[in-house]
Amino acid sequence: MIRYLPLLLANVTRKKARLLLTVGSYAVALFLFGLLSAVDAAFSQGVEVAGADRLIVRNRVSLIMPLPISYRDRMLALPGVRTVTFATWFGGIYQEERNFFPNFAVDPDRYLETYPEFLVDPGQWADFLKDREACAVGQKLAQRFGWKVGDRIPLKGTIWPGVWEFNLRVIYRGSRPEDDEGQFWFRYDYLEERRPWGKGTVGWYIVRVTDPDRAAAVARAIDERFANSSYETAAETEKAFAAGFVRQMGNIQALILAIGSVVFFTLLLVTGNVMAITVRERLAEIGVLKTLGFSDGAVLGLLLLESCLYAAVGAALGLLGAKAFTLAGDPTGGLLVAFYVSWGRLGAGFLLALAVGLAAGLFPGLAAMRLKIVDALRRV
Amino acid sequence: MVRVDGRGSGALIEVRNLDKVYTRGGETLHILNGLNLDVERGEFVAFMGPSGSGKTTLLNLLGGLDLPTRGSITVAGDEITALSGARLSAWRARHVGFVFQMYNLLPVLTAFQNVELPLLLTGLTRAERRDHVEAALSLVGLADRMDHYPRQLSGGQEQRVAIARALVADPTFLLCDEPTGDLDRASAEEILDLLERLSADFGKTILLVTHDPKAAQRAGTLLHLEKGVLVEAKG
Repeated sequence: MIRYLPLLLANVTRKKARLLLTVGSYAVALFLFGLLSAVDAAFSQGVEVAGADRLIVRNRVSLIMPLPISYRDRMLALPGVRTVTFATWFGGIYQEERNFFPNFAVDPDRYLETYPEFLVDPGQWADFLKDREACAVGQKLAQRFGWKVGDRIPLKGTIWPGVWEFNLRVIYRGSRPEDDEGQFWFRYDYLEERRPWGKGTVGWYIVRVTDPDRAAAVARAIDERFANSSYETAAETEKAFAAGFVRQMGNIQALILAIGSVVFFTLLLVTGNVMAITVRERLAEIGVLKTLGFSDGAVLGLLLLESCLYAAVGAALGLLGAKAFTLAGDPTGGLLVAFYVSWGRLGAGFLLALAVGLAAGLFPGLAAMRLKIVDALRRV
Repeated sequence: MVRVDGRGSGALIEVRNLDKVYTRGGETLHILNGLNLDVERGEFVAFMGPSGSGKTTLLNLLGGLDLPTRGSITVAGDEITALSGARLSAWRARHVGFVFQMYNLLPVLTAFQNVELPLLLTGLTRAERRDHVEAALSLVGLADRMDHYPRQLSGGQEQRVAIARALVADPTFLLCDEPTGDLDRASAEEILDLLERLSADFGKTILLVTHDPKAAQRAGTLLHLEKGVLVEAKG
């Protein structure tokens, strides 16, 4: 293979403008692929990071309807339940509405142990437990607003009125790149103390099960336990819950897939045309190679390699560009907290580009393969 | 000794009852009609004939570039008319060196890389390939031009590079299709001198198609192609 490299490179670089445009087409398409992957990852981040042993239990009517705090102990009594914690959506606004980030009141005693993927300094967490007005924020959220531990952060309540002030005691970080570092937690007892209504209720429960394989059975048992009560529940795995949440925003994945498909199909047409022109221009040279003893298969192989070389170089440029772009963080200022493209996705993009390269070179390559030498040499 | 009566035996190249028929626009053209030829190793044979007489067709058939309508061609015991596909390609790479009127060098490769092309199909190492290419280019007097691209060479030099490419894998025989047809007189003489030297000094078997009587005179045997068969003009 390596012995054909000079021939391959000479052919690829013979028309600089064509090389630039073809590689550029791949680079732009794969850059877009990288960005779409990051957007997809940001939207489905909850699905990807969902714990296999966690259930979300919400009010059967709607997520915005509460559940009684008394359900915690009743769920703990069910077989297969390891721990139960809870959270309540607060919907506070920091300074102005466009500064959106998820903020909710959590159970300070068990919330952290339910989410071991979030890493917290033990000293900071001890301070959190000591201060009723304490809050904890993700590293990205702190960076976004320039917050540091000790800051006083006011949020304007939208569900419960007034300005609520918090002391920033904890800045947590995720143990994986895709973990959500854009959340704001504060203590449930502070919410309970100040809110004028809704006392004794929580937004949703998070149940850890002893055996992830029995998660569905435990979810059914929870729903049955509270069936025909004033607050019926809907329990489901965290993955299913997150997927449902994403669906509420529309079928983002289908949209991304549609855009990606159009981009790749256009790329295939463009590069297929380039390879067809390449073969047409080089019929005589292909005839010479065959005359010298290059087999039909070798000619096909050389053209496919050439086509894949365009794809590989362009894809590498585009994907690395996308990686660099996403490393700079969320470009929307908070809407896409986990704006991240994994190396796995980049690898998939690279393979996809090679597949396009192969497909683009296949038909012109087959035509070259079938070309009769005497017909090719007549074109000299 | 060259024979055209089909009665020879044991020659390097044996052609028997060769027919080539083309059908174009509903018209059937008999280019070769039962052609016979025996060429011994080391012979230098020239083929002449009017345009359209089938000289290039014959050369293409002898080089395994095309298949006859009927008849057989045997080279060094291999019946090439029974080969096809990759086996015929491999045979061509091993046994035939081609020299064309228009040189047919790849414009994007240097003289060195053009000459190296046939060796890419062999198992030679890079260093061995380099030795072979340098020897071939030295033989044609272009050792100092190996890094030049075809556009940086004169027509005569290009043809000498093409001859080096034809020789580099040490083929069984050379097929030269009007190698001086696109050259001025002086360059043509240089090329003919080279071919003559390859025949005389290195014992190369050379089959040359030409329109040029002066070129044909350099060959040991001159054959005319008339009405699809060969006729010996000079022994």
